[in-house]
Amino acid sequence: MSTFDAVGDLRVEGLTKRFGSFTAVDDLDLTVPQGSFFALLGASGCGKTTTLRMVSGLEDPTRGRIFIGDTDVTSTKPYKRPVNTVFQNYALFPHLDIHENVAFGLRRRGVKEVRKQVGDMLALVELGHLAKRKPSQLSGGQQQRVAVARALINQPQVLLLDEPLGALDLKLRRQMQIELKRIQTEVGLTFVHVTHDQEEAMTMADTIAVMNAGRIEQMGSPENLYENPATTFVANFLGQSNLVAGTVAGKDGDTLTVEAHGHRIALPAARCRVETGAAIVGVRPEKVHLAAAGAEIPAGRNVFEGGVVTDASFIGVSTQYLVKMPWGEELAVFEQNSGQEIHRPGSAVSLHWEPGQTFGLDGRQDIEAGADIDDEAAS
Amino acid sequence: MTAATAQLDAGASPAVGESRRKRNPLPYILLAPGVLWLVLFFLIPIFTAVSASVQTGSLDEGFTLTWRWANYSDTFSTYNSEIAHSLFYSVACTVLCLLLGYPLAYFIAFRGGRWKNLLMALVIAPAFTSFLIRTIAWETILADHGPVTRFLMDVKVTDLMAHLGLLTNNHQLLNSPFAVIFGMVYNFLPFTVLPLYTSLEKIDPRLHEAGADLYCSGFKTWRHVTWPLSLPGVIAGTLLTFIPAVGDYINAYMLGSPNTMVIGQVIENEALRSESGYPTASAMGVVLTVGTLLIVLFYVKRAGTEDLL
Repeated sequence: MSTFDAVGDLRVEGLTKRFGSFTAVDDLDLTVPQGSFFALLGASGCGKTTTLRMVSGLEDPTRGRIFIGDTDVTSTKPYKRPVNTVFQNYALFPHLDIHENVAFGLRRRGVKEVRKQVGDMLALVELGHLAKRKPSQLSGGQQQRVAVARALINQPQVLLLDEPLGALDLKLRRQMQIELKRIQTEVGLTFVHVTHDQEEAMTMADTIAVMNAGRIEQMGSPENLYENPATTFVANFLGQSNLVAGTVAGKDGDTLTVEAHGHRIALPAARCRVETGAAIVGVRPEKVHLAAAGAEIPAGRNVFEGGVVTDASFIGVSTQYLVKMPWGEELAVFEQNSGQEIHRPGSAVSLHWEPGQTFGLDGRQDIEAGADIDDEAAS
Repeated sequence: MTAATAQLDAGASPAVGESRRKRNPLPYILLAPGVLWLVLFFLIPIFTAVSASVQTGSLDEGFTLTWRWANYSDTFSTYNSEIAHSLFYSVACTVLCLLLGYPLAYFIAFRGGRWKNLLMALVIAPAFTSFLIRTIAWETILADHGPVTRFLMDVKVTDLMAHLGLLTNNHQLLNSPFAVIFGMVYNFLPFTVLPLYTSLEKIDPRLHEAGADLYCSGFKTWRHVTWPLSLPGVIAGTLLTFIPAVGDYINAYMLGSPNTMVIGQVIENEALRSESGYPTASAMGVVLTVGTLLIVLFYVKRAGTEDLL
């Protein structure tokens, strides 16, 4: 039976994949609304590519089901699914020219007249003038666009992108991100994008699912994930966070107070994941301001006193500081360069920020989770 | 700084000019042994063979160059069945080698995993024994009252083979076109498998996934992706099989009969066992060489991979 006519959301229920004793994907539940740009974000080995390969049919799930609309495609052969993939290394056919590469899917489905469609598709990815070239004669960015065109021309229900920009240099990657987003808006198909680059995920996706060790750690819009991370892993992996361990000291209406290293930190109760006991307070570096030690700090702000600047890097729009706190932790502060004095390394400072900008996490987890992979992922 | 550069330039340019004028003899010295070898053992013999092919005479009287082109037409009319045999056996051998070798090479390349190298070593292993000895061994295996013959007779396969003209001497497996082609396929199979394996192994398995993703069943993926990409290996493999097969006469000699004589045997007989056979043998040799060359050129042209030559 063919399932080409399946239409609707991509839905995954209890999807599990084991390789021997290793569980790559662990009981995953997921719904990707039709027409959305969805990103699966995670470090290498977190199971995101395996998930993608199960959706495309190139990998059989150990357990669980995959639906497109109401059609169960779990046991449908890959060549009968209304799903196409843009492969990580593009996997263009080296013996065919660009025109034939793009026409490949149409021809295999018995479409006779492909010239017009291929022409339109190549125009969409701005490669019309290269139709007669072989893939090996194209640059990385051009090959990438051919791979997108080759998949898109089949008008799949779901387009899967497996780290499609990984092989490109930074500038080209930024350009292609915008390009892909434009194409997605234009054609209105469901895109599922797998990436380890958190900036890429945030730039492109409507919804991001952060994956860790075969499970979804948190799912939501880029803004929501960034402002309200649910776990230390998300807080550290998605951008940078200052996380400080403490204990909930009390609640007053909508405001929670956390005691951390002798400082009382206020935060909205709605943004804190726990109400009592151990908690971790977090604040993003760009929300924090520096003041020279002893200088007056406006009332009503959260304050960490006794810091010493260990590093100040001036990067044009902002200055990025590392401040060593009395309890040994180093916190990051990004100050906009809008006329404030620059604090030299060695100067004593206090950190202060708006209580509303604080988020709180459950204190019973590894405060460093996700922090070490951030460097690798960003590179 | 600028002065130093200028001085350097001034110092360097005459040296460069000089070395350009004085040719470096090293490449020629390195080439010389090979060229000498080819001239002595390839170019000169070709001239001797071509000139011998239009001579007349006998071993006793000596041979003289009489430009007797009729040697060629005589050769063709006398030995047309041997020429036909050579062609038929070598083409059949090449086709069978491809049919047997392609799945084998495909299996080793894509399913061999960590056994790949071992499996390829096994394909080549028989070559460690002499070609001649292996062929003699088949003579024993296919012998008239051997188990193979008896089994094939019992299951009536020999009847079918006799019908197809593969067995000429009743139910005897030996001394038949079947035995000759069989021996050739056995001996030349590694020459087909090796280049096929090399070109299949180079194909990125992710291209198969791309095929599956783009509506190709397993067979369609092979037809539209694997096969075109393996064509260079197919062409190299069939050429490496066909060229030696067309000139081979060991198999026809050991496993065949007077009814399965091939060009190689004619050349041997004429050159070694006939008083006045040198010109005929030479003409045959020229026909074989030129004929093979023409067939190969035509084949490569048709296959559309001129860049192989």
